[in-house]
Amino acid sequence: MTADIRLHGLSHRFGPFQALQGIDLAIPAGTYVTLLGPSGCGKTTLLSVLGGFIQPSEGRVMIDGRDMTAVTPAKRPTTTVFQDYALFPHMSVRDNVAFGLRMAGVRRRARADRAEQRLALVGLKAAADKRPHELSGGQRQRVALARALAVEPDVLLLDEPLGALDLKLRRAMQDELKAIQRRLGTTFVHVTHDQEEAMAIADRIVVMNRGRIEDHGSPDRLYRRPASLFAADFMGEMNHIPASRRVDGGVDTPFGPVPVAAPERAGTDLVLCLRPEAIHPGVGAVRLGPARVTDAAFFGTHCRAHVVPDAAPDLTLIAHLPPKTPPAPDTVLELFADPAEVCVFPAEDKP
Amino acid sequence: MRALPWLALALAFAFIYLPVGTLVLFSFQDGRVPVPPFTGPTLDWYAAVLADDDLMEALLNSLVVAVGSSALACALGFLAAYGLARHALPASGLMRGLLIAPMTVSYLIVGLGLLIVLNRLGVGVSLWTAGLGHAVINLPLCFAIVFASMGAQQHNAERAARDLGADEVRVIVLVTVPMLAPALLAAFFLSMTLSWDEFIIAFLLTRFDVTLPVEIWSLLRSGLSPKTNAVGSLVFLVSVAVVLAAELIVFGRRRR
Repeated sequence: MTADIRLHGLSHRFGPFQALQGIDLAIPAGTYVTLLGPSGCGKTTLLSVLGGFIQPSEGRVMIDGRDMTAVTPAKRPTTTVFQDYALFPHMSVRDNVAFGLRMAGVRRRARADRAEQRLALVGLKAAADKRPHELSGGQRQRVALARALAVEPDVLLLDEPLGALDLKLRRAMQDELKAIQRRLGTTFVHVTHDQEEAMAIADRIVVMNRGRIEDHGSPDRLYRRPASLFAADFMGEMNHIPASRRVDGGVDTPFGPVPVAAPERAGTDLVLCLRPEAIHPGVGAVRLGPARVTDAAFFGTHCRAHVVPDAAPDLTLIAHLPPKTPPAPDTVLELFADPAEVCVFPAEDKP
Repeated sequence: MRALPWLALALAFAFIYLPVGTLVLFSFQDGRVPVPPFTGPTLDWYAAVLADDDLMEALLNSLVVAVGSSALACALGFLAAYGLARHALPASGLMRGLLIAPMTVSYLIVGLGLLIVLNRLGVGVSLWTAGLGHAVINLPLCFAIVFASMGAQQHNAERAARDLGADEVRVIVLVTVPMLAPALLAAFFLSMTLSWDEFIIAFLLTRFDVTLPVEIWSLLRSGLSPKTNAVGSLVFLVSVAVVLAAELIVFGRRRR
């Protein structure tokens, strides 16, 4: 019902294009992992390698301690929820869900019962006799999920499963996916390009870029202490402040020295990263000084404002200010930041 | 002015259906020659056709050849389309071209070519060879129809089936063929009507047992008679029935 995954030195090439490069990753059994990255970063290729649809050029795939690199999709303990659902249009919803059991030689009665249990799990018991084209997008998504879960896989692979749904339905399905994963304990690997979705459902996020893993860990750690500038930018809006290394290893910014350590491998040019919500008026350890608001918009939980600090007039920072009093344009605010929320990266990492 | 397009339409339909209408009308002629004035109606000629053992045997032969050659052409066309659509083969563009190219060759040339090959191999002509000839001319058509309807949707469903534990045979039988059923049926019925009407290849590649068009041709050599009209009407009726069946089965399914 669940298994751990280990990837050793995975690389894959499509002709001259390096889709995956030196992927090493361990996923403990029973975790909900998302592969997060922009399109073309290799996340779907990695999922296809896990499912057995692509043979990697190099490296090994271990599932539950067994080498699965050369095993066909049919014989792997994995099933996939495909991006376009890939339901069988000529079969009823029940027969779709029971297909895997039919392939495993389960008798008609038993597999119809199991299929209906799975449909009940995703709240579609009443639709068992319908054809896929009679269902809405969200319902088809659930059928695809029930079909993949019906064979009780150790690992469930989900390829951008919520991409075609509207925002409200997507939020509801995220909660549901997470609840189902908790209940079954199966290892889920979920591909998405939406960092909010990744944070909403995953125990662990793997951020990918250009065929490599940039960073992986808990959503909280990735958001607050990303390992690379790419991961920092991809996990959410980020202010980039040009900075430089001091001789003593500290960091100089247009706002004066900041009490954080410069990364060891870096040259003198650095980028200091600060989340918009880490900038606030009032008191804080790092003083950004007076800044003029150019515009501000009300977002309910905060006011998103563009501000130009006096200390660095070339720079426009984005700040999430308290929502009570949206500042008028040209208001001058005294702003501060918290050094615990600051990350520093070498400037040459900037694309 | 509104009448003019309708007139043009009526003329076009008259042009298409007048010969068929005349043929059917004079099959009911109560006389020895199918020329105006029309006298009758009578069903004597139909009775004569149904009593003619040679004609009835030829009709049966035609049916067997049409069904057999169409089934063969569909099966081969499907396998070729599946292979070319699902696997990256070297020179697959060239192979597709070579499969479709025979459509441009006249039936006479195909028939002569087959006759020469069969003579060289020492294989005597029979209904089998005529069926083979019809499979040859219908294969490009079946391939083209099936290949055109193999989209990404089928491909993904096949992937899903493999993922759920299906081996290649079960993928084809349980997923690919049912999903392609409309295209396969369309190809089958179309090649059936083409085989049913085909004369030149059937003429060149049969000897003692012949298909209906060949039998009608030998009837025609003995002069015009309403009997040939009656046979022609029956042939036309069968073709219409097959096309209607195709419409109902293929498009009726799609609507459901």
